[in-house]
Amino acid sequence: MSSLPPTGIDPVALDPADPYADEPPPPDTPPSSPRRIAWIRRKRSFIRFVRMYRKSGMGMAGLIILILFLLVAIFAPLIASSEELSATCECNGVPFSRPSWDFPFGTDNLGRSIFAFTVWGARTSLVVGLAATIMSMAIGAVVGISAGYYGRFTETVLMRTTDWFLVIPFLPLTIVLATVLSPSLGVIILVIGVTSWPATARIVRAQTLSVKERPYVERARALGAGNFHLVSRHVLPNVGPVLFANTILTIAIAILTESTLAFLGLGDPNTASWGTLLENAFNNGAATTGLWWWLMPPGLAIVFVVLAFTMCGFALDEILNPRLRRR
Amino acid sequence: MSDVLAQPAVGAPIDGREPVLEVRGLHVTFAGRVGLIAGIGGKKATQARAVDGVDMTLGKGEVLALAGESGCGKTTLARAIMGLVQPNEGQILFEGQPLGKDLKAYRRKVQMVFQDPTGSLNPRQTIYESVAEGLRIHKVPGDEEELVARALSRAGMRPPERFFLLYPHELSGGQRQRVVIAGALALEPEVIVADEPVSNLDASVRGEILRLLMHLRDEFQISILVVTHDLGLAWTIADRVAVMYLGRIVEIGPAEDVLTQAEHPYTRALLNVVPEAGGIERPTLAGEPPDPTRIPEGCRFNPRCPAVADGSAESEGVANACLTQDLGLTELGPNHLAACHLAAKRAGRPVPPPPA
Amino acid sequence: MSLVELNDVHVNYQTQGGAVPAVRGVDLQIQKGEVVGLAGESGCGKSTIASAILRLLPAGTEVTGEVLIQGENVLAMKPGKLRAVRWSEASIIFQGAMHALNPVRRIGDQIAEPILVHNQAGEKEAKVRVGALLEQVGLPPRRMNDYPHELSGGQKQRVMIAMALACNPSFVIADEPTTALDVMVQAQVLRLLKELQRDLGLAMLFITHDLSVLVEVCDRLAVMYAGRIVEEGPSHDIFGAPAHPYTKALSAAFPEIGDASFRRKPSGLGGDPPDPMKLPSGCSFHPRCPDAFDRCPQIDPSLYAAGPDRRAACLLVEGALAVAETKDAVIADE
Repeated sequence: MSSLPPTGIDPVALDPADPYADEPPPPDTPPSSPRRIAWIRRKRSFIRFVRMYRKSGMGMAGLIILILFLLVAIFAPLIASSEELSATCECNGVPFSRPSWDFPFGTDNLGRSIFAFTVWGARTSLVVGLAATIMSMAIGAVVGISAGYYGRFTETVLMRTTDWFLVIPFLPLTIVLATVLSPSLGVIILVIGVTSWPATARIVRAQTLSVKERPYVERARALGAGNFHLVSRHVLPNVGPVLFANTILTIAIAILTESTLAFLGLGDPNTASWGTLLENAFNNGAATTGLWWWLMPPGLAIVFVVLAFTMCGFALDEILNPRLRRR
Repeated sequence: MSDVLAQPAVGAPIDGREPVLEVRGLHVTFAGRVGLIAGIGGKKATQARAVDGVDMTLGKGEVLALAGESGCGKTTLARAIMGLVQPNEGQILFEGQPLGKDLKAYRRKVQMVFQDPTGSLNPRQTIYESVAEGLRIHKVPGDEEELVARALSRAGMRPPERFFLLYPHELSGGQRQRVVIAGALALEPEVIVADEPVSNLDASVRGEILRLLMHLRDEFQISILVVTHDLGLAWTIADRVAVMYLGRIVEIGPAEDVLTQAEHPYTRALLNVVPEAGGIERPTLAGEPPDPTRIPEGCRFNPRCPAVADGSAESEGVANACLTQDLGLTELGPNHLAACHLAAKRAGRPVPPPPA
Repeated sequence: MSLVELNDVHVNYQTQGGAVPAVRGVDLQIQKGEVVGLAGESGCGKSTIASAILRLLPAGTEVTGEVLIQGENVLAMKPGKLRAVRWSEASIIFQGAMHALNPVRRIGDQIAEPILVHNQAGEKEAKVRVGALLEQVGLPPRRMNDYPHELSGGQKQRVMIAMALACNPSFVIADEPTTALDVMVQAQVLRLLKELQRDLGLAMLFITHDLSVLVEVCDRLAVMYAGRIVEEGPSHDIFGAPAHPYTKALSAAFPEIGDASFRRKPSGLGGDPPDPMKLPSGCSFHPRCPDAFDRCPQIDPSLYAAGPDRRAACLLVEGALAVAETKDAVIADE
């Protein structure tokens, strides 16, 4: 027993009795600057995110389809010349011809290539989808965060407005707006953008409310943080993932809306889009006369793009939404 | 009653220390919500008087424990001191200056440590970022990394570099609380308000955190206000103890006096329920924690007071005062104050006459 | 024969990272009418033991050893028999009374449920029994028509106690029954439990991290660390003179008011409870132990006799080192 060290607990044993002293240090070399620390953190969380995303079969399938469409949209001029969209192009074939080697998806009533229209339509659909969604996301985030964070009167006003937008029938409003404003791509984007934000705003507000009550927000406030700091450092990073996952789903809806408007004849007549293609086919009796090659390509393209975005959205939701993650 | 409140009796810091933080006549009221229709119909919102007239002084390098049941207003008082809730009435003075609208400078000097260390760290921030947050908010000049490292090692996280890149979920509860304390220390505060700093921690880790707080007091002369329900904790670290009941301090004084010779029946009741070998047979107060929306007439403790119930107040002739006269703190021993008619009578003070 | 007996119980939780040993060989006996306290920090395996006794662990959890209730092994019971034993012989008061009650059902119906399930009475008799139970736990019988939100925290915990007693069990497990309650209410509930235990002659296993609470209500105490019992014996002896350094540190966390030795001297252990996946060598407490010496990382101590009716798993217990070393020698010979 003589080999025992002295017993008893040292009253201020902060230093010598460091209990962590014999733990191995983490593998990383000590970081050299705060900026580097932030950078390492971002890199790590991105790698973790990619690793988790790759595990989701649905997400990967959606992503592959999306990349295909994206490539088609970017390289549209290389795949099909824009002249093929014109009614007077010499390259046009016989009207209403079935798919052939020259016209993979057949031709329309003016003998134009439906393949070219489908390829160029991908551009319009994706541009409208993304632009309208960015708009809707921005409005939704600002409204949702302001309502959730400031509460009281601001919240009442903003959320009643949101409710109002939420209950007015979406399609009629869109139709009215699209009719009143002259049809152009910008107007279509604007119309979809201002009508699709309420759902985002509600989700963002709910998340903001829950983040606002977390003790770490109170701690930051006690440290002296102002509203800007609290929103940008604590609320946004925690609302962000939910917002992002929701956005991906909104893109699908925006693309669908663009097609619907165009199909109803409210699109930009000078732009090739899947909706205008469908509208044109319909007006020429494609459905009744069995011209399936005119309806199928734009129809399937819409279905695949919307499906792909939805699949990516679900996969992101599973990863980014902590409540779903631990299932 | 009004002259009692006009010149409130307040306990002084021990050993004649300089007061750092003073609370004067503080009231915090939370209004309940009333529906629109009910409001038009004349219904008034129920008012919860969470803090109902508190006077208090915290001295430099002093540890003051604020004790009481849940719902007694101790956490609200702490939050009001931090400026996290707006008082309806009263003042908070820091180094003699009343708090103004701009709390930023004040918040650099007065820091808070929370009950739940897990919740008070943003799960998406690394330890480094959590500790550096205050430095960034206040744009503290100097090498940020060095300041963070120093704060972490002062809080007992050594070597600090090892923790920089970790996330809160990779640490234990005790370590998380050290990170919160480090975040406060980084700003070199003069006062730390600790709201139940160890009650969410495992028993064997608690001592370490308390030892750290004591060390900060001894080394840097930081004043500490500890909010706790645990009188044992108060005995372990506090210089002075204030006991709160229904929004008011009912007894305050040096820890030795308050905890071993309690004057107020409520303090005695709290002491009775501190678990101790063989203590289960001791009397406990019946009933539920009090409701701050319905503060009783007279002494606010009278409905639960054992001295009123067993007739000892009656036999000493103060029962009437207990039921009708609200009272402030009276000095009953050196720097030992309590708000009790019976204790005041026994100390030879006149019993207030019944209201006209 | 003991009413409840645990023999060499091991519990391994299955997780994605592999099996986590939560309980590593626990022996425990509880006699009829005896209150045994189980103390320890979060993650030490004390709640796992409570669940293991009533076989309430998640599916896939690996449990070995024996849990005998009145001589019958719970771990080997058929489901029908197990249901009969749960509640009518052994019942449990869960931690967090706030969430264990169904918010949309009247509390009377919830208390009556186990009575009806175990066919101990018809609807009408059950109602009478519920009234009697509520009275027993200090609530007026008319409260049986209330919903949980109409009750305070302390009253809900009383309802939970009434539920546990519904089928007249001879053994009750109380898992952190007062943790979420306020100090004053906690004292009321503790006293109620102690009175009921005495009046009904119940055997109890009382689980909490708060050693001082256990000393108030328990006859015997077992202290757990990292999945094992490290000290057991009569509760007053253990609290008054702990033999294991861990128990010493735990009891120091609950100071006695008025005792000058605690004044301005907070004491606690450095470090944290070990990760069950990466337990230290030898005695699993040695990295945090203020009294550790060179043999501690080498010898994994078992429980050694440490006074009348007391055992502790520490090499500092008188004579323990000699016992451990001879045992080591025996193992080396084999």
